[in-house]
Amino acid sequence: MSSVTQTYQTLRSSQRFRKRFSIGVRLAIALVLIFFSIFPVLWIVSASFDNSQSLATQTLIPANAGLNNYRDLFGLNPDYEFGNLYYWKWVWNSIKVAAITTILSISITTMAAYAFSRLRFTGRVTMLKGILLIQVFPNLLALVAIYLLVFQFGQIIPAIGLNTHAGLILVYLGGSMGLNIWLMKGFMDTIPRAIDESGMMDGATHFQIFSRLLLPLLRPMLVVIGILSFIGTYGDFILARILLNDVDKYTLMVGLQIFTAGQFDKKWGVFAAGALIGALPILIIYLALQDQIAGGLTSGAVKE
Amino acid sequence: MSGYVIEEKKTGRSSRGAPLSRIITIILMALFDLGAIWFIQSAITLGFTQLVIIIGFITIMLNLIFLLPKAYPYRWMAVGLSFLILFTIYPIIFTIYVAFTNYGDGHLLTKEQAIPLIQKATFLPEEGRSYSWTAYKNEAGDYALWLVSPEGQTYIARPGEEIVPAQPGDPGIGEADSNGIPVSLDGYQRLNGLVAATDQNLPNIKFGVEGDQTIQIRSPSEAAELQIRYLYDEETDTVIDQSTGTVFYNVNGTFTSRTGETIKPGFRAVVGLQNFKDFTTSPALRGPLVRIMVWNFIFPTISVLSTFALGLTIAILYNDKDMPFKKVIRSFLLIPYTIPGLISIIMWRGMMNPEFGVINRALENLIGWAPAWTTEPTAAQAAILIVNLWLGYPYFMLISSGALQAIPTDVYEAAMIDGSSGWQSFRRITLPLVLVAVGPLLIASYVYNFNNFNLIYLFIQGGPPIVGAATQAGHTDILISYVYKLAFESGGRGVQYGLASAISIIVFLIVGALTLFQYRFTNMWEEVSQNV
Repeated sequence: MSSVTQTYQTLRSSQRFRKRFSIGVRLAIALVLIFFSIFPVLWIVSASFDNSQSLATQTLIPANAGLNNYRDLFGLNPDYEFGNLYYWKWVWNSIKVAAITTILSISITTMAAYAFSRLRFTGRVTMLKGILLIQVFPNLLALVAIYLLVFQFGQIIPAIGLNTHAGLILVYLGGSMGLNIWLMKGFMDTIPRAIDESGMMDGATHFQIFSRLLLPLLRPMLVVIGILSFIGTYGDFILARILLNDVDKYTLMVGLQIFTAGQFDKKWGVFAAGALIGALPILIIYLALQDQIAGGLTSGAVKE
Repeated sequence: MSGYVIEEKKTGRSSRGAPLSRIITIILMALFDLGAIWFIQSAITLGFTQLVIIIGFITIMLNLIFLLPKAYPYRWMAVGLSFLILFTIYPIIFTIYVAFTNYGDGHLLTKEQAIPLIQKATFLPEEGRSYSWTAYKNEAGDYALWLVSPEGQTYIARPGEEIVPAQPGDPGIGEADSNGIPVSLDGYQRLNGLVAATDQNLPNIKFGVEGDQTIQIRSPSEAAELQIRYLYDEETDTVIDQSTGTVFYNVNGTFTSRTGETIKPGFRAVVGLQNFKDFTTSPALRGPLVRIMVWNFIFPTISVLSTFALGLTIAILYNDKDMPFKKVIRSFLLIPYTIPGLISIIMWRGMMNPEFGVINRALENLIGWAPAWTTEPTAAQAAILIVNLWLGYPYFMLISSGALQAIPTDVYEAAMIDGSSGWQSFRRITLPLVLVAVGPLLIASYVYNFNNFNLIYLFIQGGPPIVGAATQAGHTDILISYVYKLAFESGGRGVQYGLASAISIIVFLIVGALTLFQYRFTNMWEEVSQNV
């Protein structure tokens, strides 16, 4: 009897030991992985506080720590010679373009999703499928055509031509009838139609039902789509790169790329400081809302 | 789909019932149409035929949507639809069209724009009507001519100004000498015959307004009116050189003579499959393209496999509910995902700098050797794969942990009772079940990486360059970065929109096939049909 208990206990304790051991090993692996994932970030943080400014002499803990790079970035150093650094202008341009694009594109997406979810009309199913099919071809592939199109626009209306933010925003809006419509429509379908009907009884028009009754309920989805769209636009490089020419029109991503194009090793410190400040807003959004964003990602892609 | 349909009557009433809003709609639509008509007219004068067609199409579509009560539901998406057509569908069609043209440097203009430019060229006829001339020069070095026509009429000609009749003794013009030629002009000194005949500048100056009437000196005694050199004959679609009589024929957007002479500028023309043929026949183009295509398949394959393997491993290791610090570990491992891609890529470029980068310095110290990431083709490809692993695994970590949570634990318990080892459980249970959920995303990720322009271009600009390539092709270039270089970074070789679009079409076809495969693989169409 006692021997049975004993065996059982040794077994239990050996199992517990194995479990602990496995957790220990996994924690050790986690440390290696975390090193891999955050070393570049630590490195760039360190570079941004390194006054020596150079790639060649940098160490993880800066020997010559200070705020010179930030001072250069903030324009506080009159001797700073790598001209054409319009950092704050670029940040402002990026935020402006991303914010306007996000607001307009959410409006377009949500209104279209309302029609797909609540109204019945010929061509509805075909169009929904068509939207899915068009996603096959990323607009990256039609780069040349988009460039020429915006160029031609500019010949007629210079305000929306090449080298204007308006032209860039218009091109971004071309993508607003995309997969997000599916996300939004799916979410809208889960809102009971009884709500619409009650509104209709009271004589509300479609627009009133949409704006007064449904819109407040769509908030969670609006947040997810809005954030994803903002992050996507903020991080876009290629369209902004081909459509904008003047250094003071650049978005942050284009500006940073152009800034680092020549003599990179000597601009490393300032780039590091600029990159960190530029990445910070997105990092905060992600870490604060990671569950919502992950939910949005999977509900769009994996059917449950 | 509970059979709920908004009654047509109500739909009708909400749009037809309020006459005021209907009047406002009509007025706004009329204003919009006025703007559109102005836009289309401008586009016609500039010769943007395709733009005219697409804007016209969208304008008609919007009019139908807003003026027909039946089209009411489409009003909700009118703006989005217009943008979709203009900036997504139209560029695709336009790309296909450009791929069959010679659009690019030397052929940037339309035919309608090129012919007036060609006809601007002039020549100095060797025979025919001539003037006798006397030259004047002022202190600033400007010249003026006094011209006498065969009929005895007299003129003053200055560069850039109209040629005007004048008489000696007019205001600003000196008195005539014995030959009837003024001794001086205001501010100008008359040059004697010998000085004028040996003046280096004089024979090259065009007097008068270009494109209108211009006169040039032909010999010490004669000046003659410049003639239009090339004349376009619409009927035969040829250009005739008036000075030599040579006929130039329209060959693929360039006026070319029988002996192979050409006239610049050329213009856009449909050249059929020429761009595609160039790739298969020209070795300098074909070699790099084959290399690029091979790498274009290797790169996403390895990228997807490595990122998925690492992401899944992490998800399995830390999915355990007994795991301490789970949330913290996950947040740390998510960091690469939260930094804008461009910043991460440039960051890695700095770290992998062969001379100064931390990775190379560390490797030199540890093992005394480090790869030349930017100059050695294989090392460059390896570097790109490493960077992409860092960029890509958090996504699969997120997705896989979602998929793992959906697998019920009793399946594992049953397997354990049957004596299955950990590895067997993984091979037979975890992997298949995760793959079902993640499979479509693997393909989507493959397609994404297939066109991962940012990584390739920002990290190393597609380099190191392939030696002997006719275009700017590099060892890490993928098709899309190659397209970009052809179209936007000529590097002195001239932009080649036609060629770039032809490659775009190849990419279209590959990506399209992959995605359709994805839809089939996941029975997406069937689900879509059930869910709409």
